[in-house]
Amino acid sequence: MRIVNTAVPKVDAMALVTGKPVYTDDLAPKNCLIVKLLRSPHAFAKICDMDTAVAAQMPGIACVITHRDVPRHRFTMAGQSYPEPSPYDRLILDQIVRYVGDPVAIVAGTTEKEVEKAMREITVSYEVFEPVLDPEKALDHPSVIHPEKDWHVNFDIGSQVERNLCCSGGFESGDTGAEFSASDVIVDEVYHVKANSQAMMETFRTYTYLDHNNRLTIVTSTQIPFHIRQIAARALGIPKQNIRVIKPRIGAGFGAKQTLISELFPAIVTLTTGKPAKIVFDRTESFIGSTSRHEMIIRVKVGADKEGKLLAIHLHTLSNTGAYGEHAPTTVGLSGHKTLPLYNKAKACKFSYQVVYTNTMSAGAFRGYGATQGTFALESAMNELAAKLGMDPLTLRLKNLLEEGEILTAYHGEKLNSCALEACIQKGREMIGWEKKFPCVRISDTKVRAVGAAITMQGSSIPNIDMAAVEVRLQDDAYYTLMIGATDMGTGCDTILAQIAAECLECELDKIIVSGVDTDHSPYDTGSYASSTTFLTGMAVVKACERLKGKIIRAAGLRLKTDPAALAFDGRAIFNDNEKDDEKNRINLDDLAKSLVVGAGHCLSATASHSSPVSPPPFMAGFVEIEMDLETGKTHVIDYVGVVDCGTPINPNLARLQTEGGIVQGIGMALFEDITYGKTGKMMNNSFMQYKIPSRLDLGEIRVAFQSSYEPAGPFGAKSIGEVVINTPAPAIAHAITNACGIHLRTLPMTAENILMKIREKQ
Amino acid sequence: MQISCDINGKAYTRHIEPDLVLIDFLRDLGFLSLKQGCDTTNCGLCTVWVDGTPRLSCAMLAAGIQGRQITTIEGVEKEAAAFGQFLAAQGADQCGFCSPGFIMNVLAMERELTDPSDDQIKHYLAGNLCRCTGYAGQMRAITLYLGARKGELSCE
Amino acid sequence: MFGLKEYRVAQSLDQADQLLHEHKNNVILGGLLWMRMGRKNYHTGIDLSQLGLDRILETEEAIEIGCMTRLRQIETSGILDACFGRVLADAVSHIVGVQFRNAATMGGSVFSRFSFSDVVTALLALETHVHLYRGGILPLETFLESSPQRDILVKLSLKKKAWKTSYQSHRMTATDFPVLAAAISCCEDRWRISLGARPSRAKLATKAAALLPKKPDAAQIAAACDQVVEEMSFGGNQRGTREYREILAKVLVKRGVEAVCR
Ligand SMILES: Cc1cc2nc3c(=O)[nH]c(=O)nc-3n(C[C@H](O)[C@H](O)[C@H](O)COP(=O)(O)OP(=O)(O)OC[C@H]3O[C@@H](n4cnc5c(N)ncnc54)[C@H](O)[C@@H]3O)c2cc1C
Ligand code: FES
Ligand code: FES
Repeated sequence: MRIVNTAVPKVDAMALVTGKPVYTDDLAPKNCLIVKLLRSPHAFAKICDMDTAVAAQMPGIACVITHRDVPRHRFTMAGQSYPEPSPYDRLILDQIVRYVGDPVAIVAGTTEKEVEKAMREITVSYEVFEPVLDPEKALDHPSVIHPEKDWHVNFDIGSQVERNLCCSGGFESGDTGAEFSASDVIVDEVYHVKANSQAMMETFRTYTYLDHNNRLTIVTSTQIPFHIRQIAARALGIPKQNIRVIKPRIGAGFGAKQTLISELFPAIVTLTTGKPAKIVFDRTESFIGSTSRHEMIIRVKVGADKEGKLLAIHLHTLSNTGAYGEHAPTTVGLSGHKTLPLYNKAKACKFSYQVVYTNTMSAGAFRGYGATQGTFALESAMNELAAKLGMDPLTLRLKNLLEEGEILTAYHGEKLNSCALEACIQKGREMIGWEKKFPCVRISDTKVRAVGAAITMQGSSIPNIDMAAVEVRLQDDAYYTLMIGATDMGTGCDTILAQIAAECLECELDKIIVSGVDTDHSPYDTGSYASSTTFLTGMAVVKACERLKGKIIRAAGLRLKTDPAALAFDGRAIFNDNEKDDEKNRINLDDLAKSLVVGAGHCLSATASHSSPVSPPPFMAGFVEIEMDLETGKTHVIDYVGVVDCGTPINPNLARLQTEGGIVQGIGMALFEDITYGKTGKMMNNSFMQYKIPSRLDLGEIRVAFQSSYEPAGPFGAKSIGEVVINTPAPAIAHAITNACGIHLRTLPMTAENILMKIREKQ
Repeated sequence: MQISCDINGKAYTRHIEPDLVLIDFLRDLGFLSLKQGCDTTNCGLCTVWVDGTPRLSCAMLAAGIQGRQITTIEGVEKEAAAFGQFLAAQGADQCGFCSPGFIMNVLAMERELTDPSDDQIKHYLAGNLCRCTGYAGQMRAITLYLGARKGELSCE
Repeated sequence: MFGLKEYRVAQSLDQADQLLHEHKNNVILGGLLWMRMGRKNYHTGIDLSQLGLDRILETEEAIEIGCMTRLRQIETSGILDACFGRVLADAVSHIVGVQFRNAATMGGSVFSRFSFSDVVTALLALETHVHLYRGGILPLETFLESSPQRDILVKLSLKKKAWKTSYQSHRMTATDFPVLAAAISCCEDRWRISLGARPSRAKLATKAAALLPKKPDAAQIAAACDQVVEEMSFGGNQRGTREYREILAKVLVKRGVEAVCR
């Protein structure tokens, strides 16, 4: 391979490092109306009356929109393929507000100051209800969060809305009851993962305008342009064909932008006023008015025999979807389906779940998507089991690990075709120095160092649902344009897909021009989520390039008046495959390309779509060394080793960076990131001053290595990497904490105070 | 009110509102590299130089720059690109939204500190948050870049 | 962001004072890092940057720090290092980042009487006086306890003595506010123990300090630590509970005293 599996710089790198204006707000026209939202101060209330007359008459104000003015089609903001599994439980503005921050009115005007002034003149009277803030008390709570008659769901997802149950379900394979009875050792504990914020640096932002044909154009920072079109059409009650969505460069998403957040507000302003409109969420709004990771409370029961052979696992997840059901049925599924298969050898396993509504901000997609929460629970339980068995935790893993060729019962019966997890564990064990450091080394009176480990898997795309199409065009100077609908959000997919195309078309990388996403021009793609882009869109690129090569050869055959079957293409020229010196039967691609656009030419372009019946899991083993201050509980990660099997890394640098970034987010989640709500349901940490993400001083060394398997279903053997990398830090650090001082922390985040108080409790 | 200042070597005189924030002033003039990541003055995305010193443009009034020299990344494009190549070689420019502020502070650090240790580098750049990279790749890029400036290494 | 109708660069302290009292909505502008987060509408903002108050000066008896001195100057000042050791530098070096500290002023930091303040915690362990334009010169302790008045903090003065010092803080992340902060100093055989972010405003633990001889042994240090918790009140907030702060107080004070003794 020439270009695949090499660390080329990103194709957009120089624009980004020199600060070129490439993001949504950089492109917005200056004459946009400024759109702002009046938000609910109550966690649960009904709007009884609202007076907007004064505000609407104020200077500069273009419109004030309330629940009385919006279409009445309920929809979900979750970016998912139609028919979406998430319930239709939203309106653009509703008469009932369900969390502190739920939008109440949309105000648009010429300047920010004018709009803010007008907002202060809107009076709203509420009938305030008792909010449901504790997910463990949500079920059958007297307050019913979605009493509306038109609540709708496209599938049976086990919901009972009148009980605040958004969805429920599960499965069992084997007889867990019997296997638990046969177990010599059982661990049965409850683990609690809190809501976290994706906290990408570019907050939500969108601008909209009507084009010359009065079609609504939405330029937005999103991971899901095509789903935005679909949701907007439904929510606004206009045909999809009247909507165009454009995605410029985006300042990351981590799943936050797999949900529609800011798009509809300027859109409805533009439809109402005919004028361009723009909304830019400030950081506070970005925290309080979007989606978070689903808080999950997970009970894990694991049983094994004396030798450490796993007999049964039961995982029960209670997930908190907040006020609305975005991604509710799917994230919870991953807490079981992307954890249990690791221990596919267990004789029986069971997974059950309930997802409840509460009056907190809606949860949504965040890197890891439920698997992260499940991994913390199951991997912590496995570490506790090893301790109970008196066994090295890595030995316990190796004894029960899934293997290539196995049918994965808890993974929809999929066959595992590529897996180097065992090699990942071995490599990581060596890199961290497990033999010498496990469980801990006392370095002074007050300080101890300890190691911990965890393993994980994710998927690569949603099988049979995700879909990616691409188009490759040969242009007249013998370069290619690659049209994709997948969204690069900093992850580098434009580069990775260009690498794949360059490899297939045997050209240099700079001969591939990747265009940004525009739903009018780009081929359909479900979007960048579910770890699908490299794997799925990458495969579509392979297919399209193969087709285009065929077309190039056929076109050359016509020119050369030769049977194309005898011709070959090496990226630069088409020639007689049997007779290399046959100059008569040789044409440079450049000449061919130029000739094709003259007169009776025939422009060459190939499209291909791809969807996958399987979702091959990438794997990772994470190892941590911490230093703990036994007097204050302060715990610092001094070394983190992540060994990843993502199949063939198409671009090893970008894969490494994904891993490093994911690990650091995981460390933040493990040690301090925590969305908390006050007694009235107000989010307490709604700024970077209160919600701390890791700074570069909060980390020690991060080391990444690859142990690549070869995935036959992926392009050049690749699987995904974007999500799997966030899963191991929480359980690995929890494990190291146990090894440092003998306590078990089963609730995140594991702050210094929680650690110290637990140590004291134990003493 | 009226202010005069120098931005990237060019003189500007403008009428402004007294409470206009510097970042808004600069973006409005077309210096769109400037990004705002927070409302609490602690993400570092909006970093510019004021008389050569790195400052947060989200927490200054345009009124306060009367007679001063402002430098944005547009004004040091060559240097930014030179360091940027090292970032790109590591793949450490992910979404890039933090890059302009980060790079301005790296270049300021290069001017202020001689032969900084890793700890000093981290300390100097602690106010530049990045949610994508996990910082390690940025650190590799900085080390190689500073080495290259001393004639030791290349960006490969 | 706050609103401002007028922006005035003061040409003298007199003028600044006059402007400040001209209208009840006029305000002194420091580094704006804190003010920026407010949403208040002011009338006139008064800029003190042209008054030469951004300097650290050494006099016969004291070090004087002008109100417009930036935290980054405090961090890198050789004069402060020589007189007080690293206590002031260590107190400010965690605050957000270099760009931030290039802007945040000592005047804004002290005048605001923030309960979480590292700056105030450290200054309290030294003998610091606050120079107010109208209110005159008063010890920092007194200033902190007095109710806020509209005035200008002109400068701070710190007594030059044979200080030995240490600064200790515990934070949830490296650049976060402190969960608890402690500054310890010793001059001759007189100790000062200052605790900030309890989470209420920094205060001196005078009784505990009095328990410490010039060269305390482990038992004496432990007794002083117990006394700290005895004589001071601690509370809970988002960053920590009262119980945890009480534990931290003992640890930080112990470490601080030990560091000073070393
Ligand atoms: C995100 C963030 C994190 C922080 N973390 C910490 C921390 O960890 N530790 C810590 O100690 N501090 C911390 N601070 C506080 C910071 O260090 C400064 O103290 C604060 O920003 C005030 O300084 P300033 O110069 O910006 O003042 P401004 O914001 O300009 O002013 C603050 C107030 O003081 C008044 N004022 C300013 N100067 C004078 C004067 N000379 N006379 C009279 N009144 C005056 C102003 O009118 C205003 O009311 C933090 C602040 C922020 C925003
Ligand atoms: S925008 Fe965050 S510090 Fe300026
Ligand atoms: S690269 Fe995305 S925030 Fe730094």
